Amino acid sequence: MRDVCIVGAGMSKWGEVWRRSFRQLFVDAATAAIKDSGVDHLDSLYVGCMSGGLFAQQEHVGAICADYLGMAGLPAMRVESACASGGMALRAAFIEVGSGVSDIVMASGLEKMTDVDGDGATAALAGAADQEYEVFHGATFPGLYAMMAHAHMAKYGTTSEMMAAVAVKNHHNGAMNPVAQYPFEITVEGVLNSVMVADPLHILDCSPITDGAAAAIVTTEEIAKKLGKPYVKIIGSGVATDTIALAQRDDMTTIKAATIAADRAFKMAGKKLSDVQFTEVHDCFTISELVILESLGLYEPGKAGPATLAGETALDGKFPVNSSGGLKCKGHPVGATGVAQAIEVFKQLTGQAEGGRQIPGSPKVGMTHNMGGSGASSVVHIMEVA
Amino acid sequence: MTMFSSRSWREFPQRYRLEASKFKKSGKTYYPPRDVEPVTGDTEQEIVRLPDIGKVVTYTVIRIAPGQWGDEGPYALAIVELTDGTRLMAQMTDCNVDEVKIGMEVRMEFRRIQAEGSAGVLSYGHKAVPKWF
Amino acid sequence: MAGIVGYGAHVPRHRIKVEEIAKVWGADAPSYKKGLMLREKSVPPPDMDTITLSVEATRRALIRAQNVDPKDIGAIYIGSESHPYAVKPSGTTVAEAIGATPDIHCADFEFACKAGSEAMFVAMSHVDAGHMDYALGIAADTSQGAPSDALEFSAAAGAAAFIMGKENLIAECVDTHSYMTDMPDFWRREHEFYPQHAGRFTGEEAYFATTKGASNALLKKSGMKPADFKYAIFHQPNGKFPQRVSRELGFTQEQIDPGWLAPRLGNTYSGASPIGLSATLDVSDPGDMIFMCSYGSGAGADSFIWKVTDRINEVRDLTVRTHKLLDENVTYIDYGTYAKFRHKIKKNY
Repeated sequence: MRDVCIVGAGMSKWGEVWRRSFRQLFVDAATAAIKDSGVDHLDSLYVGCMSGGLFAQQEHVGAICADYLGMAGLPAMRVESACASGGMALRAAFIEVGSGVSDIVMASGLEKMTDVDGDGATAALAGAADQEYEVFHGATFPGLYAMMAHAHMAKYGTTSEMMAAVAVKNHHNGAMNPVAQYPFEITVEGVLNSVMVADPLHILDCSPITDGAAAAIVTTEEIAKKLGKPYVKIIGSGVATDTIALAQRDDMTTIKAATIAADRAFKMAGKKLSDVQFTEVHDCFTISELVILESLGLYEPGKAGPATLAGETALDGKFPVNSSGGLKCKGHPVGATGVAQAIEVFKQLTGQAEGGRQIPGSPKVGMTHNMGGSGASSVVHIMEVA
Repeated sequence: MTMFSSRSWREFPQRYRLEASKFKKSGKTYYPPRDVEPVTGDTEQEIVRLPDIGKVVTYTVIRIAPGQWGDEGPYALAIVELTDGTRLMAQMTDCNVDEVKIGMEVRMEFRRIQAEGSAGVLSYGHKAVPKWF
Repeated sequence: MAGIVGYGAHVPRHRIKVEEIAKVWGADAPSYKKGLMLREKSVPPPDMDTITLSVEATRRALIRAQNVDPKDIGAIYIGSESHPYAVKPSGTTVAEAIGATPDIHCADFEFACKAGSEAMFVAMSHVDAGHMDYALGIAADTSQGAPSDALEFSAAAGAAAFIMGKENLIAECVDTHSYMTDMPDFWRREHEFYPQHAGRFTGEEAYFATTKGASNALLKKSGMKPADFKYAIFHQPNGKFPQRVSRELGFTQEQIDPGWLAPRLGNTYSGASPIGLSATLDVSDPGDMIFMCSYGSGAGADSFIWKVTDRINEVRDLTVRTHKLLDENVTYIDYGTYAKFRHKIKKNY
């Protein structure tokens, strides 16, 4: 495998972007990424998108994106793994460049979620769960993670305060992120007093519905050097799946797919967790961040909650988690999230994080964890400064 | 969103009779039924009916329910572990949502799960009722 | 003659008191309670209907039948006036749920409150005629009473299922009779949500005349007297009517007590006398003679004479007794919850 790098990135506006359509959001992110990287062409395009069909009645996503980028003719493909679509698009680009098939590949993600109403969005998102054995019985995404939360609370004594602390931290970071959907601080009390969505998760424990796109230019180190722009190396990529239904997991208090994906990524990178200084993880719900940190091995089972309360994962803590603001504050346009996580790591490693959220101490290695559904797929990438 | 008749009809054995796959070599039971056993790859199986008694291993109370469930909220959703070790997800019914606890004993009872408006098809299956006899 | 091989009942746990309904409409609760001899009724939650009640009742009947393979059941008839579909039988879903398909006869029955007893009769007749080894007769309802109407105080929900066969009977059917005339006492037109009735006219010439017609005819042809019976069950739209008709026919309160459920269950329509029968079987002894007469508006009455066998001792407690369903695990609801459960609140769909 050749060395693979990210040499530029771009994001569209993230939030309720009424004025930009499905295809326009993509173009906004893609053109920004191309400009940022300085590349003059692409060899191929991957677009992570969970459901163009259910949100925008638009399939054939690769083709329409290439077309509206002005590059009809470009090899283009949509990648789907529910909320892990973006991370999987990055992996596809990584493999295509690393294997030598292409030199310059755009890894992008896109989701337009506000052209349907709340029920429409819930129904579309439900596709990430088991339609017949979970959704049929009335399961919602907050509901599935709420069940994980109750199991975790019963087993380890995790509290609502610990979960709320995740949201507070991520808002603190995201308030400094110009792209964030909700760039303001919140409090633990505010989270606990917000309306209960699915016991024990309050509305402020849950990531929002967001329109947005993100794109990263993936290329060889040789080309990255020639472009003269800041770049990072993708040194590890790992993917794993697990049972689609929560009831069939071996242990509902851990995300086995995250553990295995991380092991695979570290193996490829020739690195250990202790070599990593910070991470972007998939905080679709506050409990998710706690469970993922334990599943990745950063904390012993049950210990991520107390550590978060103690500030260990804050921007200036021992191991900053979600300096971007995470899904909770930055937003979660499903297919785009995985790519945006990689963009945050790219920015932090190249000293380009805006607004005051640059992690102190010049981190050298960062990782991303992107997850689909209630944990049925996970994709981990490890990146290193050039 | 509605589920077209054919998709619903295909699920009747699982929904109506809690039919599961029991694989010959391992003797393990899986619900829903599967064609291929996880890990072993075994394909030799027989259809068995799950027991109807179990306990709650985790749960939530859905307080903001999606449109079609709006009238039924709040409702409790649980993962139930039946007496043979098989787990499945089901709504709790016939109880106050605040009464649901991990470890609660339940019985699976035949109930109406969904109705498609006032003119569409009715979907039946099982819900978990606190065991009282 | 053929008879009952297995029986079971199911009733929702929710109840609403007469006072709760009366206060909404400004009615005088004590006089309704006295006049109807009824203090509360069962209410089905939105996830219960005639089909679900029938499935649970039938599962209990199969438990008491002990050795009946559902695939050997040759017919399934459900009598109700609240079938969930106007077109698509309740019987098909119930048959599928118990694993009795595909070689089985089915159609739904309607005859107001006697649809269930007719279903029982027809099921039994199939077995008698030698067409099949087993047949299912089910009586189930989740009927509606119009808001502020007298029937709102009593319209309740419940089901009883009977597996009829020729061998290993729990109760043999000694004889039956059916008495029917065209009688416009109570009806519901197609597409109407609530039924209508003819007030006081539903008593003397309808319920009483018809019930007595079927009962006297059966007593006569069987050569039996009320005193020959240990127990008697009559259709119970309220607590008062079965008390009065049983007395007028010559039965005692003691005879009707085990099956006299309306005071605390309400009127389960098609389920009324069949659930009464299941409650009575629960407490009967081998050799007991049980007299039963249903009544359905429109109008007709089905009378039966049952003789309990030794097998009752083996099976009564294999599953939950009917009285337990009525008296335990009960929870009371208010009128708002009741209106929501019974789809009485107008919505745009």
